[in-house]
Amino acid sequence: MTILRVEHMTHYFGGLRAVNNYNLTVDPGQIRGLIGPNGAGKSTVFNLITGLYTPTEGTILLDGEDIVGRPPYQIADMGLGRTFQNLQLWRHMTVLEHVKMARYSKITYGLVGAFFATPRRVREEAEIKAKAYSLLELVGVGHLAEQNVTNLPYGALRRVEMARALATEPKILFLDEPTAGMNPEELVQMMEIIRKVHRELNLAIFLIEHRMKFVMELCDIVQTLVFGEVIAEGPPDYIQNDPQVIEAYLGTEVET
Amino acid sequence: MEFFLQNVVNALQWGSFYALIALGYSMVYGVLLLFNFAHGDIFMVGAYVGFFVATGLLLLVSSLGLVSMPGWVVLVLVILVAMFITAFVGVAVERIGYRPLRQAPRASAAITGLMIGIIFETGNLALLGARRLSFPELIETTTYTIGGVTVTNKRIMIVAVSLLLMFALHQFVQRTKWGMAMRAMAYDFAVVPLMGVPLNSIAALTFGLGSALAAAAGILFGVAYPVLSPYMGIVVGWKAFVAAILGGRGSILGAALAGFLLGFIEIFVATIFPSTLRDLIAFSIILLILVFRPHGFFGEAHTSRLRL
Repeated sequence: MTILRVEHMTHYFGGLRAVNNYNLTVDPGQIRGLIGPNGAGKSTVFNLITGLYTPTEGTILLDGEDIVGRPPYQIADMGLGRTFQNLQLWRHMTVLEHVKMARYSKITYGLVGAFFATPRRVREEAEIKAKAYSLLELVGVGHLAEQNVTNLPYGALRRVEMARALATEPKILFLDEPTAGMNPEELVQMMEIIRKVHRELNLAIFLIEHRMKFVMELCDIVQTLVFGEVIAEGPPDYIQNDPQVIEAYLGTEVET
Repeated sequence: MEFFLQNVVNALQWGSFYALIALGYSMVYGVLLLFNFAHGDIFMVGAYVGFFVATGLLLLVSSLGLVSMPGWVVLVLVILVAMFITAFVGVAVERIGYRPLRQAPRASAAITGLMIGIIFETGNLALLGARRLSFPELIETTTYTIGGVTVTNKRIMIVAVSLLLMFALHQFVQRTKWGMAMRAMAYDFAVVPLMGVPLNSIAALTFGLGSALAAAAGILFGVAYPVLSPYMGIVVGWKAFVAAILGGRGSILGAALAGFLLGFIEIFVATIFPSTLRDLIAFSIILLILVFRPHGFFGEAHTSRLRL
């Protein structure tokens, strides 16, 4: 049983071929990595699968259903959660509100519920709160729930973004450079959080990273993307020693 | 002192119009990062819709022999019905005019807005002719004099209804999930759909709400100045647009406050300087404020890079 299957995905920006014949399968509980030099098309692959762009060619099956051409909100609802390379949080909203926003499609009370404490609203709000706190605890920011995100340090914001993505109840989680801009200490913490999330929620994860150490320690299978094409795919050991990868991406020395 | 208070009363009334219209500009900008330049004309459409609803309702009331229906009940009904109808005009403008241009350069959307405005103006002219309509007198004017300051019941009503609507909007935005989505979009647009929020519904809702408020402003305007013309929305619309900028693009509180501030500046400039210089001086003051606060009172530089 595959959670995500991408077949022969190709995308053009005007005349520029950004992604060529991209294939991917992610099984439940797997952590897959996508590496490659800047401008290789990694984020484009994410944007294509999450529905921000529609691929020129190819099929994308999420849990067996074709999602090509569907609007991003439907794809998110079907179980694809995502974080961003650059933090995309909402200034002046609290951590709790961020998580609540991600529960949008699960909130069923309307105008009446918004203004009066109807049983449905009371029940749903309690559910949201319980869910939010459990996720925030999971990523280690439960104590910051009432805080405005504008006041939080960078490392905490990254975790809030992760909790928000988890609140959509994804079957598969996309992480776009989860350690971008982090110092070595924060990096180790982030690795622990990803491990914990993976273990406790038994989630499939697909991540983009630059730092080899991170990818090599976390991922089951890694793809290397260069100029929009996968040039190598396999377990970290294999990728690390693949001469093509070393030449195209790692240079002559393995980065640590 | 009396003179001052008298002008405060006038300023509050004009500020109400500006604030209600400015809210529509600001909300749409917050959600879609575009200015709906047809918004002033939606104010005009709202006033006309109010005119027809009021005329129809008065006809209905008299033909059914319900002479006892008080004027203010009719007015409340007119406001509510016209807001509802005009909301759909706004939704249609978004659906037909702006949605196909979501990916297009911003200039295309701006030009489209201006064109939609011209279509409303000339369409009105073609359908109803060049005559001016006079808004029916729904409530009789009562004048109160309090400590030398003259206030009419209409003025009090206009300011009260405006404040009530702004309060209702604020509550809607704070309490409902749709309002929460609108707020989130104003801060960072790109990720909201990825949280399972249907962008198109929120966009339509925003246009609907903004247009409904503009309709309310149009009817209140008709109550205060009962002459309707196809071009009545242009100048008021532009001034409200300036108020929206002054308040900070996307900020609801800012738009409301700046609307009232604009009312005050205009009225008080006119009391000191010749009224022919009113706009010149009033807008110079606003320009000066914007030099020091280019993002307005509550606005912030936008950080969204992804356009959807």
